[in-house]
Amino acid sequence: MSQSEPTITLENTEGRTTRPSVAPRIRQDQRAQRVFFVITLLPVFLIVVVTIALFVRAWPILQAFPLTDLLFGTIWKPSEKMFGFGPFILGTLWVTVVGVGVAVPPCLLAAIYLAEYAHASTRSFTKPILDLLAAIPPVVYGVWGLLAIVPFVEDMLAPLAKRWLGGVPFLAVNQPTGFSILSGGIVLAVMIAPLVISVVYEIFLTVPNDLRHASLAVGSTQWQTIRNVVLPQVMPGIVAAVVLGASRAFGETIAVLIVVGNVPQVPTSIFDSAYPLPALIANNYGDMMSIPLYDSALMGAALVLLVVILIFNILSTLVLQRMLRRKWA
Amino acid sequence: MDTHIQVKNLNVYYGKQQALKNVNIEIPKKQITVIMGPSGCGKTTLLKSFNRFLELTDGTQITGEVLVDGQNIYDREVDVTEVRKTVGLLAQRPSPLPMSIYDNVVYGMHIHKMKKDRREYKAAVRHYLEIAGLWDEVGKRLHDPATGLSIGQQQRLCLARGLAVEPEIILGDEPTSALDPISSQNIEARLLDLKQQYTTVIVTHTLRQAKRLADHVIYMYMGEVIEAGPAKEVFTNPKHERTRQYLEGLF
Amino acid sequence: MGMKKNYWQRRHLMELFMKTLMRISLAGAAASLGLILWTVVARGLPALTWDMVTQVPKGGFYMGKEGGVLNAIIGSLYLALGGTLLAMLFSLPIALYLKTYLGSSKWGQYVRLSLDVLWGIPSIVYGAFGFTIMIAIGMRASLLAGIIVLALVELPIMVRAMDEVIRRMPADLEQAALALGSTRFEVSMQVVTRQMLPGIMTAILLAFGRGIGDAASVLFTAGYTDRIVTSLMRPTASLPLAVFFQLGSPFPEVQQRGYASALILTIIVLAVSFGSRWLSSRLNKYTIK
Repeated sequence: MSQSEPTITLENTEGRTTRPSVAPRIRQDQRAQRVFFVITLLPVFLIVVVTIALFVRAWPILQAFPLTDLLFGTIWKPSEKMFGFGPFILGTLWVTVVGVGVAVPPCLLAAIYLAEYAHASTRSFTKPILDLLAAIPPVVYGVWGLLAIVPFVEDMLAPLAKRWLGGVPFLAVNQPTGFSILSGGIVLAVMIAPLVISVVYEIFLTVPNDLRHASLAVGSTQWQTIRNVVLPQVMPGIVAAVVLGASRAFGETIAVLIVVGNVPQVPTSIFDSAYPLPALIANNYGDMMSIPLYDSALMGAALVLLVVILIFNILSTLVLQRMLRRKWA
Repeated sequence: MDTHIQVKNLNVYYGKQQALKNVNIEIPKKQITVIMGPSGCGKTTLLKSFNRFLELTDGTQITGEVLVDGQNIYDREVDVTEVRKTVGLLAQRPSPLPMSIYDNVVYGMHIHKMKKDRREYKAAVRHYLEIAGLWDEVGKRLHDPATGLSIGQQQRLCLARGLAVEPEIILGDEPTSALDPISSQNIEARLLDLKQQYTTVIVTHTLRQAKRLADHVIYMYMGEVIEAGPAKEVFTNPKHERTRQYLEGLF
Repeated sequence: MGMKKNYWQRRHLMELFMKTLMRISLAGAAASLGLILWTVVARGLPALTWDMVTQVPKGGFYMGKEGGVLNAIIGSLYLALGGTLLAMLFSLPIALYLKTYLGSSKWGQYVRLSLDVLWGIPSIVYGAFGFTIMIAIGMRASLLAGIIVLALVELPIMVRAMDEVIRRMPADLEQAALALGSTRFEVSMQVVTRQMLPGIMTAILLAFGRGIGDAASVLFTAGYTDRIVTSLMRPTASLPLAVFFQLGSPFPEVQQRGYASALILTIIVLAVSFGSRWLSSRLNKYTIK
């Protein structure tokens, strides 16, 4: 600590007096700032690199066939050079829509309850449960789906639908097993629930209490207050939360893969099997190298997945950042 | 004296902290009662016990009775929304709902389905905006967002919104503390106009405002009611030492 | 005065109805956790033997004969540990830079946006990306490749979780340190890091939990092998993939071992989750609130 002796030296040109140990500290600060800055650019950089890399690898297939043929073609026979992503894209869409459809109503209600009605004790009881739900690995969700949801769909929902909902579109039972879009959707719904609930909950907290009180003061019930005053305020955020949940569901691979059946067909009912894009990539990666263009096609599939998810994510995150700005301050 | 609100043995706790200690008072009908006292003495707590706003805070405990026209509003069978319809509140900060001026006034009437058709609603909006002294300023732009109004106008809008559900009692929680002097005067004038028809209870921390408005005064200190009575008596001849000190501006 | 509650009034019925629906929904969300755990325990426990956690697969394991998934357990621990350490190396500077230099400025918003977007990219895409790079540089599926891709998956989770806690640090504390003449770098290293240690630990464990359970990203990058991995450049088994492959088997005994493996994975993940909760509640005592 000899440097901290009060020997004052004039070091910089403005003539400010500084202790000798200060200059290195400031240099250290500046160096750290530069290093930190570069590292911080990494995430931004990474998004670009991932996109470019997939694009480069998908380039051969994009050149070989017109984009519309790839996206809307319905025949997938790599050995005969037929690469129609149609069934897979539709499969992903079906599973995502069903998953989001199953998840959103109860998640919204649960989030509203937590934000508007629940006592502090209920909230502190619920939080760890949601955390645990979010922590369970996808493959365990898959096991649960296989053991609980697939039989449930096969033995309960499908027979019920067959008996009572015969002519209803999208609900026809065309196959005997429970490996179906509905099973995938139910599993996805539980998987995205913690995310949707916590985001919606946070958005509700941004509405100032003054507004609720203004409504309650003229004698409205709590639900009337939520309906008429709070909900209109948080609507954009709810939409963003749903889109965020949808993009999570869109890219989920293993859990869906295990329960959805993986039949490359254009689905017509939620009781049909489907073959989502992520499952296509995961299932075929090992044996694609021998067939020309196959690996490029799979990278194309990953690219489609990435682009859709990037768009969903950027839009919803922008809305949420704006709505939760008070939190950022 | 015709009593409108009667408070019996009211105790309020926020968690472990006692905010009101065994309060027993009566509030006269169709007069202005002013609750005053140093900050933190429980004025607002007492006021908000009249429209059951205390229970909006987690961990509040209330014992005792608040009788409005002889009915204990904390009774199990009582409809809290009816209580709040009967007992209107003008908040400390104006809180216009994020909708148009028109929709703000109509809000409570819609909630209670008080009118039959659009025409009746329109007429009612005009009526209450006139009572609140706002019609001349906003009558031509009813469908503009309420948040675009000046803060003084916003408070008068909130008054109109409160009156539109036909309450019998108006509570004011320092309703002018966020306003400029002219807007404050305006609100005070409205309250004086309205006292023929409504029982009014105002919380204030400015003695001068209390003197301008009060027919009846409640003086509180540390969660207790120290003195209550007709304004003239309390202001000219306070019975308690503490009240006298407060009136003389000693604290 | 008509203050008595009329429960049959439409708005009161509506209130009751909505509140009931909400309670059912919340209970349903909570119950689904119970259902999942119950299913995994009920079906996994019978097949969970001592051999499962102490043996590697022996000959005929995939037809229902002797062996266990120790190779996958060890592999997963290596993968997740490596991925977490690597992610930490970058996460901490990013989180600190966000806090001490960017704050809630426009650049801060951009970086957070890109982190959130990264978080949203599915792990199968990271896996495909990793594989692409591996082909380009001539690398084979290995522990190292798996670690790198897992680090990518974990990075945004870790940074955002750290960011959330670091942001909650009282501003006066930082300003007090700055006022005493510390540079901002010193503030981040000493004050922020120390004060936020519990939160940072929680973030790291959160990312670790996510990493150890991720299957899609290691599918093409880490490979699979029946032996316990001994080198960074060799392929390794992992627990999620062990579950996945065993489920796909036609032999019921193997499927049941898949359930048992899922149970092992669940136990590890829950332990990490509870561990972080316990740790943060303990460490919290030593910081100013």
